[in-house]
Amino acid sequence: MCLAIPMRVTKIEGNPDDFSSSQIATVDADGIGREIRLDVVDRWPELGDYVIVHAGFAIHTLEAVEAEANIRLLRELAAGMPEELL
Amino acid sequence: MKYLDEFREKGLARPLVAELKRSVTRPLRVMEICGSHTMAIFRNGLRSILPEGFTLISGPGCPVCVTSASHMDAFISMAERPKVRVAIFGDLFRVPGSNGSLANASSRGAKVDIVYSPMDALELAVRNPEDLVVFLGVGFETTTPGIAATILAAKNRNIKNFTVFSTQKVMPPPLIALLGDPELKIDGLLCPGHVSSIIGAGAYQPLADTYHLACVVAGFETTDLLNGLILLARQVGQGVAKVENTYQRVVNWEGNLRAARMVDEIFEPTDMEWRGLGTIPGSGLAIRPKYADFDAQARLDIVLPHTTEAKGCRCGEILKGKSIPTQCPLFNTRCTPQNPIGPCMVSSEGTCAAYYKYGID
Amino acid sequence: MSEKTILLDHGSGGLASQELISNLILKHLDSPILHNLEDSAIIDNQPGRLAFTTDSYVVDPIFFPGGDIGKLAVHGTINDLAMRGARPLCLSLGLILEEGFGLDDLERIIISIAEACSASGVPVVAGDTKVVPRGKGDKVFINTSGIGIVPDGIDISSKNAREGDVIILSGTMGDHGITIMTRRAGISMQGKLESDTMPLHGLVRQLLDGLPGAIHTLRDPTRGGVATSLNEIAANSGLAICMEEESLPVRPEVRAACEILGLEPLYLANEGKCLAVVSPDMAQQALAIMRSCPEGREAAIIGRMTAGKPGRVVINTPVGGSRVVTPLHGEPLPRIC
Repeated sequence: MCLAIPMRVTKIEGNPDDFSSSQIATVDADGIGREIRLDVVDRWPELGDYVIVHAGFAIHTLEAVEAEANIRLLRELAAGMPEELL
Repeated sequence: MKYLDEFREKGLARPLVAELKRSVTRPLRVMEICGSHTMAIFRNGLRSILPEGFTLISGPGCPVCVTSASHMDAFISMAERPKVRVAIFGDLFRVPGSNGSLANASSRGAKVDIVYSPMDALELAVRNPEDLVVFLGVGFETTTPGIAATILAAKNRNIKNFTVFSTQKVMPPPLIALLGDPELKIDGLLCPGHVSSIIGAGAYQPLADTYHLACVVAGFETTDLLNGLILLARQVGQGVAKVENTYQRVVNWEGNLRAARMVDEIFEPTDMEWRGLGTIPGSGLAIRPKYADFDAQARLDIVLPHTTEAKGCRCGEILKGKSIPTQCPLFNTRCTPQNPIGPCMVSSEGTCAAYYKYGID
Repeated sequence: MSEKTILLDHGSGGLASQELISNLILKHLDSPILHNLEDSAIIDNQPGRLAFTTDSYVVDPIFFPGGDIGKLAVHGTINDLAMRGARPLCLSLGLILEEGFGLDDLERIIISIAEACSASGVPVVAGDTKVVPRGKGDKVFINTSGIGIVPDGIDISSKNAREGDVIILSGTMGDHGITIMTRRAGISMQGKLESDTMPLHGLVRQLLDGLPGAIHTLRDPTRGGVATSLNEIAANSGLAICMEEESLPVRPEVRAACEILGLEPLYLANEGKCLAVVSPDMAQQALAIMRSCPEGREAAIIGRMTAGKPGRVVINTPVGGSRVVTPLHGEPLPRIC
């Protein structure tokens, strides 16, 4: 029920443990930039990380390793190889 | 767009379509809980090429669709109060109450602002100190953490004219309510992608165990959806009922604990009315008394009107997966996107809107 | 003039009005006919049939990346004429100004109108100015009407589309619509988004001169976007349309902004693009002509007219499926679900 897209972090402000600090990141996707909030993201991102953004909040920081595993499994599935997930 | 385009690649998707066909070895009925899944499946054209034997039923995962008529009426009457400015997600603008929508109220002079984020509503309050801003809270676990964080930010910044009217809902309870109905014969659940990033794939284990359901968490791109459907078909074919997560890049087993803590700080469980399903205990969230200053229901005198659903409207049955839109006597006769009777037609991801828009004759 | 803003007096028809017109409007709009300040402009007889169109502009914000309400008003009306194969001749300009509107902003808009007219070769030859009290308008509303000449032998209409005709879109979709949307408070974002407003009569002229008889329909997909215009063409011609999703040209920035807000480029307004429905044997030539013009560099074939349920528009998706594309029902709104 939720529109959320991956966007790249280009700037970070604030302290993950201090909710009175403004926990803001600037993110970018194909040249479109926006400020979003980091108050509820699971792992505090680093510059260059990709975060999943929903309604102006980052809800997850992507791990490149997981994304690569995801696409690899898809390719295996497409090639007709058996797979085990989880 | 990175992390999006790779998962939309035609070269990857087409072989998966063939694999899906091979994977359907016996007929199966799967409930797609998430409204964005319903939309994506139609939009990508997957609906039109779903293999014979694979039936998809839309469930109660459209937050706008399940907003009760009495909540809509309360939203509209709030918008009509002087010195009140309501802020909403665009999704709510055209949803009908018993007497028009927020769009109608806006045309009569009500102050209704469409925002992208609840934080934008907070800034609206700062810019309009003479109004009380009420953010109309709808949504599931993906959206609630941001709303919680906004309330905390309002408190930290000492903003006095920002409130939230919470009709936030939580996901497993309505499923349990639905699955208890013996008439609803389903073999599996296509589990939401982004709600699951918050609650974790593990949240569906009790459903898999208790109801012997194949549960697969999937993302929203074409290959993600195909992946999810393939695994569902395979599980049902093998007579297996477990939880599988195909959206590993976003979802893990435990979920987002930081977000869960934020929600727990601001909200507490409450009974909540769901359109078509009635009141389900513990299925909603209310703002804790500690944050009453930011609770529109505590600060304003809000009486939830007792509203009856429009006569003939089958939204409730559709949300339970018992009817499809074409079985509703109002579908495409009195009820169209231009003149919606129930939220299933207005909401951009409502089942009826999807059927109408994407051309079911 | 010593005032900085529009006063009710500026709309009274008296000296204040005349001062406003000569110091701010005639200063920049240079048509000799306009400068006569008569009640009507008299235009000599032209060979061919007259095309006549009108449009009003109420866009908010009035200044946006890529243009402003004035430029939009000139190009929009020129394009409406061009879409019937008419050569635009002249425009009228009606202004409704809100009391309190800044004169600097007004002059900026008039200069923009003058530049657009000069670049297009289409002058404003008649005009009117009214003022409404504060709160009864929204800074400025503009109406432009336009006269054009359709040369003999030219008949461009959505009724002329034939089964098998190829549909070409002159460039990327949704640029204007998403630019305006993201200027709204509460939905703003940074990035290289700009309106595509531009006049298309040059491109149309090249097409009609180069391929007489082969261009059956022209349409500029403004409000409601390409989806709505295609539905209109299908309905008016009694045919169906089949589109290929992969062939739709969209700029990456526009796509990204749409993904964030939950909008679809197919439904967003364009102000400098046209759809051309072309005889299939001339389609490649039409495409080449469009791409040779600055207005049509990214032109692409996006679909064709087909037999099928009259009025139905279908799109084929990359995965090999399809779905129906319905016309827009209301304003596109951002969504989170």
